[in-house]
Amino acid sequence: MSSDIYKDIILDYYRNPRNYGDLPEPDVRAKDSNPLCGDIIEMQLKIRDGKVDDIRFKGKGCAISQASASMLTEAVKGQTLDELKAMGKPYVLELLGIDPGPTRIKCALLALKVLKLAVYGYLGQAVTEEVRQLV
Amino acid sequence: MVEKLTTINVARIREDFPILKRQVNDKPLVYFDNAATSQKPNVVIDAIDRYYREYNANIHRGIHKLAEEATLAYEEAREKVAKFVNAKGTEEIIFTRNATEAINLVAYAWGRANVGRGDKIVLTIMEHHSNIVPWQLLAQEKEAELEFITIDGNGELRQDEVQELIDEKTKIVCMTHASNVLGTINPVKEIGRVAHRYGAMFLIDAAQTVPHITVDLREIDCDFAAFSGHKMLGPTGIGVLYGKSEQLQNMPPFLGGGEMIREVHETGSSWKDPPYKFEAGTPDVAGAIGLGTAVDYLTGIGMRNVHDYEKEITSYALERMKQVDGVTIYGPRDVARRVGVISFNLGDIHPHDLASILDEEGIAIRSGHHCAEPLIEFLQVPATSRASFYIYNTMEEVDVFVNALEKARKLFAR
Repeated sequence: MSSDIYKDIILDYYRNPRNYGDLPEPDVRAKDSNPLCGDIIEMQLKIRDGKVDDIRFKGKGCAISQASASMLTEAVKGQTLDELKAMGKPYVLELLGIDPGPTRIKCALLALKVLKLAVYGYLGQAVTEEVRQLV
Repeated sequence: MVEKLTTINVARIREDFPILKRQVNDKPLVYFDNAATSQKPNVVIDAIDRYYREYNANIHRGIHKLAEEATLAYEEAREKVAKFVNAKGTEEIIFTRNATEAINLVAYAWGRANVGRGDKIVLTIMEHHSNIVPWQLLAQEKEAELEFITIDGNGELRQDEVQELIDEKTKIVCMTHASNVLGTINPVKEIGRVAHRYGAMFLIDAAQTVPHITVDLREIDCDFAAFSGHKMLGPTGIGVLYGKSEQLQNMPPFLGGGEMIREVHETGSSWKDPPYKFEAGTPDVAGAIGLGTAVDYLTGIGMRNVHDYEKEITSYALERMKQVDGVTIYGPRDVARRVGVISFNLGDIHPHDLASILDEEGIAIRSGHHCAEPLIEFLQVPATSRASFYIYNTMEEVDVFVNALEKARKLFAR
């Protein structure tokens, strides 16, 4: 079956998530859920010299939400916190390689929101309205 | 066993619903989300259109011709609805926005006058949020208690809990006639009898039954019943509260305003008799006319035939779905004990993923908690998928749906 949004790569990340689990001593952790469908994602980060040194995620939910979380953890390793703060919706969609459409976009963006919550939490800064509105 | 269909011509019925000609993602639309809302036949769309084009006017007040015609049509719709559910008369039929507003009307108007500290409100675990939240608000305000009757493994209410939970402290028992998740048809007549034995009121949420089976409210002997127009081929924005005359007479008003008053003075006001006492402001005239037309349409087919056909398509769907590897179906096994609503899960595929995959095939199903979170928690699943049928659905559509389930299963099995 040719499924537009369930490409092999997304199903692969869903079935075999990379960077899944806990970090031994994370510098920061953040968690959020999508109340509409109950997707939950937690991220744990190790930060060194203002960069993501290591990262893990845990969660439950649909394939889109879990695959995007896993892909994001791979992509952001080594990136600076400023880069993460500047990261937007197009970055995630490009990673996923699909357009999930208006009803599923929140599933795709939950991981990004949690990542940003972690960054703002680590920096001790107030979360911006833009981040709150992501999901 | 699947009985042979003889009484209903689905192909002809489909001709009456313009939306069924639509393509979704280049596939013919398969609309299996009827428990959420039904599609509308041409006659309903035309009736609403005609009202606005030919006799739009405010009702009950104007002396002119248009006002007279509009008032007549609005009150005719009330008569049709009254007859359809076998109310004693039109004074027992109040038009609301939807079933939710109908239940809220009872919780506010009757509830605030009759429920006090320590009183009990008995609900069931399979209620839609619309039959939970109004009672929670009332219970919080009055320091009353809420109790929930739970279900057995077959998705049916536990009779021991019915006997145990309804007692002399109980002021009202509120329950759905049929579950919008499990499809279970509840023995409302019997449970109503238990409620009445303790002097409690009995309210049923009939949103999932009035569109699909013969509902005789006088036979059920409930004090209140709520249902929505849009689930029974009518437009959105119109719903119904049925209330026994004697209850409505004694109830204080709900919303205050025009239409519902007899006299208004600086020192106070007096109310009209039911149903007008509960219809403040300009109502949804077009909606009521549309609903009346939908009632005519359903009556034309015959509710017996509607129910028989839905049993047939539900049996067929259950039969076919069971053959798909990894399908879990919730609710009664016996098709006679359920309406045409099938909640299920497919392996460990998240219902939102399944709904997306089916949407790509042009199939509309529902996924999530179906506005019944306490039930979903009770079932201990994160969510379910739900297919629900109506008179215009076909066995061929069930085949398309089952094939899509197979495809989804294979896609996720890789």
